Amino acid sequence: MGKRIGMEVGIAAAEAVGLCNIDVAAVYPITPQSHIAEHLSDIVHDGRIDAEFITVESEHSSISACAGASATGARVYTATSSQGLMYMHEILPIVSAMRLPVVMGNANRAVSGPLNIWNDHTDIMPQRDSGWIVMHAENGQEVIDMTIQSFKIAEHADVMLPTVLNMDGFQLTHMIEPLEFPTQAEVNKFLPDRVPYATLHPDKPMSMGCFNMPEIFTETLKAKDTALINSKKTIVKIWNEWEKQFGRAYKPVETYKTKGADTMILTMGSMGETASVAVDELRKAGKPIGLVKLRLWRPFPLEELRMAIKGCKTLIVMDRAVSFGGAGGPVATEIKSLLFHDKDRPRIVDFIMGLGGRDVTVENFIDMVARAGKKKDESYEYYGVRE
Amino acid sequence: MNTVQNFELYAPKLIEKREFFSSGHRACQGCGEVLGLRMIMKALGEDVVVSNATGCMEIISTAYPHTAWETPYIHVAFENAAAAVGSGVEAGLKALRRKGKIADRDVKSVAIAGDGGTVDIGLQSLSGAMERGHDMVFFCLDNEAYMNTGIQRSSATPFMAATTTSPAGKAIKGQRTGKKNVAEIMVAHNLAYVATACPSYPLDLMEKVKKAKAVKGPAYVHVYTVCPTGWRAASEQTIKLGRLVVETGIFPLYEVENGKYRLTMETPEPRRPVEDYLKLQGRFRHLDPSDVAKVQALVDKEYRKLMHKVKTSVPWS
Repeated sequence: MGKRIGMEVGIAAAEAVGLCNIDVAAVYPITPQSHIAEHLSDIVHDGRIDAEFITVESEHSSISACAGASATGARVYTATSSQGLMYMHEILPIVSAMRLPVVMGNANRAVSGPLNIWNDHTDIMPQRDSGWIVMHAENGQEVIDMTIQSFKIAEHADVMLPTVLNMDGFQLTHMIEPLEFPTQAEVNKFLPDRVPYATLHPDKPMSMGCFNMPEIFTETLKAKDTALINSKKTIVKIWNEWEKQFGRAYKPVETYKTKGADTMILTMGSMGETASVAVDELRKAGKPIGLVKLRLWRPFPLEELRMAIKGCKTLIVMDRAVSFGGAGGPVATEIKSLLFHDKDRPRIVDFIMGLGGRDVTVENFIDMVARAGKKKDESYEYYGVRE
Repeated sequence: MNTVQNFELYAPKLIEKREFFSSGHRACQGCGEVLGLRMIMKALGEDVVVSNATGCMEIISTAYPHTAWETPYIHVAFENAAAAVGSGVEAGLKALRRKGKIADRDVKSVAIAGDGGTVDIGLQSLSGAMERGHDMVFFCLDNEAYMNTGIQRSSATPFMAATTTSPAGKAIKGQRTGKKNVAEIMVAHNLAYVATACPSYPLDLMEKVKKAKAVKGPAYVHVYTVCPTGWRAASEQTIKLGRLVVETGIFPLYEVENGKYRLTMETPEPRRPVEDYLKLQGRFRHLDPSDVAKVQALVDKEYRKLMHKVKTSVPWS
């Protein structure tokens, strides 16, 4: 392990990719991902790694080029954000159906309408059903670690699925944090070369991406679902390997001061750090409050969540996206649905907040906990909205 | 592997005996596109990886678990597959070869799309791939409309042709615009090799495919392919229509090598009137003599433009 240095998280993400012996990167710049694109091209152009950097003309082409390159057996990386991810949307389920282990970094940013370049989760939520492994990093160190882990997870013979690592735009990507990088030798030890299941090469011709008639389409989709569900076991295994080698533990659902807590806040991404300060303050004031952080969004870690919220009476879900005209925020909606049959499930309070870069402070969390206590039903609520 | 029967009697020295696109696919009777594709694959040989856009050639050849492809093949989507996926394949093969992870020999990335996947929805990714200089060949198999979805117009549909979205109506008689000239757009990308071809001229087509493959860098071949189904033409007229389109000067066969234009198949002078070509197709059935004159005028203009380049262009290097 190298020494701790100060570095911007977006640049650190590119540095982490640089440690992973990638063969091809296809990246189109978009705020707030652009520092990843820029720094990765620096790494390639300076000859620090031996890889092809494809300066694609759009995100649609970056994910498409990644698909083509991955199908040849190459290790590939792309990064995007917001509109770019939306532009990729069409290709995402194809990449997962073809079982191509593309690794993506996504600098979370609001989806336009109106235009807004700041942070929320409205970009990743519409990709929920694409069949990708979806993970969220909370801080810069997690971005480094999880980027490296992503390649091992995606390419594992028991997984073979694309992964997207979410890192909150600006609030995380543009922070300068004290970070530790593993050495090249340590990464080489952790991350073996990709051993592709099938490749595009004349030595063994095969057809990829054949279309499915109704007689087989359902089976293909079920196979993808099964693969995604089964991937959790391998993800956890790889996280355990990481902990063994590097000493930092990763779990599908992280908890903070949940022991004895009857009320818990649930977050995804960088917001967890602020929420933990709020929990500290509330605990100091004698309130039994805990924090639950979803690291893994797909496959959804239901069992781990059940364990994490044991004894919880009120679960306050922080949603940074909303399904308009529907049941509320996607995270709360999903948790409500999954826990529907659980006899002693907590009351679930759904706050929609932190949209388009709106700051959510420690005081806001404390306020939301107070409001949640008074709420009579489980309808969703926009927190802090100006009426 | 499929082979042609009695092949030795016909063209043993000129044409690759092996078939890289096998029979048993689901193309329509008289399909000129699959004929062109078969010739392209013969001329390319085995050391290729094909990226194919969604379209007729994809759906007739890859109904899981069947495939007509004897070479490595990938289909991803419609607008990107050919150019962007092809870029990725090229980059992947290049990196893996350099790093000693695959065999150390040339394998060409080949992208194939229909006219919709090239001139309309795929134009951006095509332009990007060609501009970036990937070592790849792009083939547009142009049957002048979205045939796979039921004969809707594309920007490759010729002037006045009736399609299901440019119907021959009482107020508007078919396609209102002329054909977008993507070969010219490709020349403007400074490609070392751009050509037009037609399977009615098989040796000319295969020669161009070989030249395009030999280029170190991007090359583009625009292949005119007759669609009897979509053009409302008799399926036995495919080869004839391919000849007439050249003899009328509607689709001249030429190549552009480093900026130098050359007709590879001389058009007879005087050129045959466009009517000879139009009258064999139901898509032009609604044209009256004055309409035919308009089509003739447009063809004359485009032909003059091309011939000016043939006469005056000089190679860049």
